[in-house]
Amino acid sequence: MKLIALETATEACSAALYSDGETLERYSVQPRGHADLILGMVDELLSEAGLRLRELDALAFGRGPGAFTGVRIAVGVIQGLAFGADLPVVPVSTLQALAQGAFREQGHGRVLAAIDARMGEVYWGAFTEGPSGLLEPAGEEGVFRPEAVPLPTGSDWFGAGSGWNTYPKVLARHPGRDILHDGERLPRARDIAALAIPMIERGEGLPAEKALPVYLRDQVVRKPA
Amino acid sequence: MRVLGIETSCDETGVALYDTEQGLLGHVLHSQVPMHAEYGGVVPELASRDHVRKVVPLARKLLADSGVTLDSIDGVAYTAGPGLVGALLVGAAVGRSLAFALGVPAVAVNHMEGHLLAPMLESDPPEFPFVALLVSGGHTQLVQVEGVGRYRMLGQSLDDAAGEAFDKTAKLIGLGYPGGPALARAAERGDVSRFRFPRPMTDRPGLDFSFSGLKTFALNTIHQHRDDPNAGADVAAAFQLAVVETLAIKCRRALQQTGLTRLVVAGGVSANVHLRERLERLAEDQGGRVYYPRPELCTDNGAMIAYAGALRLQAGQHEPLSFTARPRWPMDELSPL
Ligand SMILES: Nc1ncnc2c1ncn2[C@@H]1O[C@H](COP(=O)(O)OP(=O)(O)O)[C@@H](O)[C@H]1O
Ligand SMILES: [Mg+2]
Repeated sequence: MKLIALETATEACSAALYSDGETLERYSVQPRGHADLILGMVDELLSEAGLRLRELDALAFGRGPGAFTGVRIAVGVIQGLAFGADLPVVPVSTLQALAQGAFREQGHGRVLAAIDARMGEVYWGAFTEGPSGLLEPAGEEGVFRPEAVPLPTGSDWFGAGSGWNTYPKVLARHPGRDILHDGERLPRARDIAALAIPMIERGEGLPAEKALPVYLRDQVVRKPA
Repeated sequence: MRVLGIETSCDETGVALYDTEQGLLGHVLHSQVPMHAEYGGVVPELASRDHVRKVVPLARKLLADSGVTLDSIDGVAYTAGPGLVGALLVGAAVGRSLAFALGVPAVAVNHMEGHLLAPMLESDPPEFPFVALLVSGGHTQLVQVEGVGRYRMLGQSLDDAAGEAFDKTAKLIGLGYPGGPALARAAERGDVSRFRFPRPMTDRPGLDFSFSGLKTFALNTIHQHRDDPNAGADVAAAFQLAVVETLAIKCRRALQQTGLTRLVVAGGVSANVHLRERLERLAEDQGGRVYYPRPELCTDNGAMIAYAGALRLQAGQHEPLSFTARPRWPMDELSPL
């Protein structure tokens, strides 16, 4: 199995190449630099692995939620690559990749991922360790005011993502205790790749034009009266 | 050289194929106008969201319709500006990455250069040099064109673009969006001699425009005659005449000042029948000729981007492994070919 994964929904821009058990990654935190960086990262990864785009089995991307323009950079690039090289695409939740990173690096198996959504809201999702060693959704993702997030019951939750940095007091207060969290954590392409592998194995790859963002915030304009 | 062109700068998604030997092989367009009409104007975020759903399906349709396979494409052109930054980024991301995947060069095209060169796609194209009048929803410009990329700005609007003035005045009269075509239709029913609108900035030398005053004049006129059911149509007729005359006066000056005889007119407002008739007469008087793109290539489209891109790619121009949107990108910053 060989694939390339992209993640550009937050200040972090990253690309990863997974090839038969090995993962190479490029990662850079450069707000507004994504369009400058992302294709160069892809090109470098392919050269380093000695592969051509067409030799891959699939492409994966962080489908959001996150910054609208950022999400559309990964989506646009994936559409162009998949269309041109005739490869299937797999959308992966940016929140899930964020949680997966907390599991991979810090061993947290129950993660509450929160990305600052601006306008006084957070993108929110709960994830728990599944049998395959990957985190799986434990409920639906949504966009909420911080005081209204659906905190799951049970203990040992760990918070990850910029939402925890912006609203530490409101989010961390669980009835009876405070939730430990890492508000600096950003989603990375290597976790997009890890989450994509079983989806590709299950044959869930889509054609290029089905690589589409999941914004969660769909009310972006008010209709005139 | 065969080039795929992608246009996503505002509220139309356009994709086209241009072949330097065979000409325009096909072009497809999806208009978002009905979607934005509900809001009375373009909503940038909705525009971006729609482009990202449409580019690849349109490209597939184009290839199927024209019987062309992706592997016969030698280059990809995309609009990089001027326009809405989020919308531009969609076309740029898809276009630049598609070129990378195909192993062919990509080129970023200036949307206004696309409009300006669109008449070259016709069977009887103008020869250089010429004067170009670009009149759209976002721009009103008079440009002296010596060759591809050799543009001298002669004049431009200091406030509203001509199309914008049409749209805003149509709104004041209570016509739908986009107002240009609706106002032109209403004007047919109106009495053009009842009101007289000013011809802004024609009483002094220079080739700049100012159209925002016409909108205010329209507002006041409508206000004074608010009980008259015919006032709207009469205002439409007088407004249209004022815009057409003002554009014609400046075009004549531009031809006289440059000593040129060929006039190219492009952009959405060039669909206006009265403007066309007036400019034809003007060019005849000056011993010259007017050139237009066919009506479907007057407004935003992929064909003009594929064409402009093909010229630049052929001249060896191409982009690095990155893409940029340039919401403001003056045409006189372009490199000559
Ligand atoms: N028949 C017409 N008369 C006057 N204006 C028109 C006519 N048809 C279209 N327009 C105007 O043309 C503009 C759209 O042109 P277009 O080249 O797509 O502009 P842009 O790319 O700047 O949005 C709108 O302002 C519209 O009202
Ligand atoms: Mg235009």
